[in-house]
Amino acid sequence: MYAQMVKSTGKGLIARDEMTAEDRTFQDRIDAGEKIEPKDYMPDGYRRNLIRQIGQHAHSEIVGQLPEGNWITRAPTLERKANLLAKVQDEAGHGLYLYCAAETLGVSRDELFKMLHSGEMKYSSIFNYPTLTWADMGAVGWLVDGAAIMNQVPLQRTSYGPYARAMVRICKEESFHQRQGFHIMMAMVNGTADQKRMAQDALNRFWYPALMMFGPSDKDSVHSAQSMAWKIKMNTNDELRQKFVGETVPQAQYLGLTIPDENLKWNDDTGHYDFTEPDWDEFFHVISGSGPCNTDRLNARRKAWDDGAWVREAMMAHAEKKAQRRVAAE
Amino acid sequence: MSKEWPLWEVFIRGQHGMSHRHVGSLHAVDAEHAIKNARDVYTRRNEGVSIWVVMAKDIAASSPSDKGPLYEPARDKVYRHPTFYDIPEDVGKM
Repeated sequence: MYAQMVKSTGKGLIARDEMTAEDRTFQDRIDAGEKIEPKDYMPDGYRRNLIRQIGQHAHSEIVGQLPEGNWITRAPTLERKANLLAKVQDEAGHGLYLYCAAETLGVSRDELFKMLHSGEMKYSSIFNYPTLTWADMGAVGWLVDGAAIMNQVPLQRTSYGPYARAMVRICKEESFHQRQGFHIMMAMVNGTADQKRMAQDALNRFWYPALMMFGPSDKDSVHSAQSMAWKIKMNTNDELRQKFVGETVPQAQYLGLTIPDENLKWNDDTGHYDFTEPDWDEFFHVISGSGPCNTDRLNARRKAWDDGAWVREAMMAHAEKKAQRRVAAE
Repeated sequence: MSKEWPLWEVFIRGQHGMSHRHVGSLHAVDAEHAIKNARDVYTRRNEGVSIWVVMAKDIAASSPSDKGPLYEPARDKVYRHPTFYDIPEDVGKM
């Protein structure tokens, strides 16, 4: 989801008799529901996997500010503008919580940024789609944050302490995001015929990209088994996607909007909706750098980093000078 | 590459009468800057009435491998808890 394509050890699940004694003790702690803390022993694969996953998650929060930042100056009312500004500010905060959690694993903030800027580390595919109209702010809050929450709630129980604690804070703050999005959608569908059309159009464009947020289908996610054994992934991609569809369809009905899937129908036998899978070729295309906005998003991040360099350096130099003066005065 | 801003640990007093609790960390050039950032990052929803910041490198921590020697000795000293002492009901609340 926010970490859709985490390449793990590259192998499948490590069998118990292939583990070292230390790794077996580690796995026992996880199985017993204990939290792993930064200074505790952990296998290299666990550490590497977590850095990639938390890093991707953090990058997604930060890059995720861009599609919404696009509309802050053009929000239709002052109230909507204040709401959106607060939401985008939250995303910055969520990125910071997550970067700090990743840093406890021994990677520096600058290294993480460098890997984002070089394309070595990914962020969620969803942020490579453009936000064309104000209704997209509704669809993003409702669907994108809705999908994010669905993934993040179980991650509050993840085995790595700092990650779990960051998720608790994030979940507490994030439910307002989804509600403000749904609130925008409600205003649009109750507005003029044109406004309702805009809402439907936003749903049409964001539905499949939102489904992609949960990552590839289980049969194609080779890395899941080990991540689930380590409890850094709590549900499979397909489980969460199904849950998302189940919760979102009635909300769309409430809005009087149509999910753009003619195969969508309730299945009495399974107790779930049947639905069309997203176009996975498109997904792999977007995640590997060729989506509609990949270049813009990365350029915006690189520019912010480069343009801010003199500020970072000047602040550090000033603080050092002040510290030296203090020492001299003592 | 330029020098990275140092890491600070942030502690917040949630409300009057409570102790400061660790809430997370952030990067800042000095203490004043760290408090300003902590205010933005950790108190956006009235979560605090007071902020402490400490440079992460100045925190000394016990080692996980010392868990045994440090905490096991307390385990068999049940007489440090009030429930260890049976007092007849006739005595009343104590």
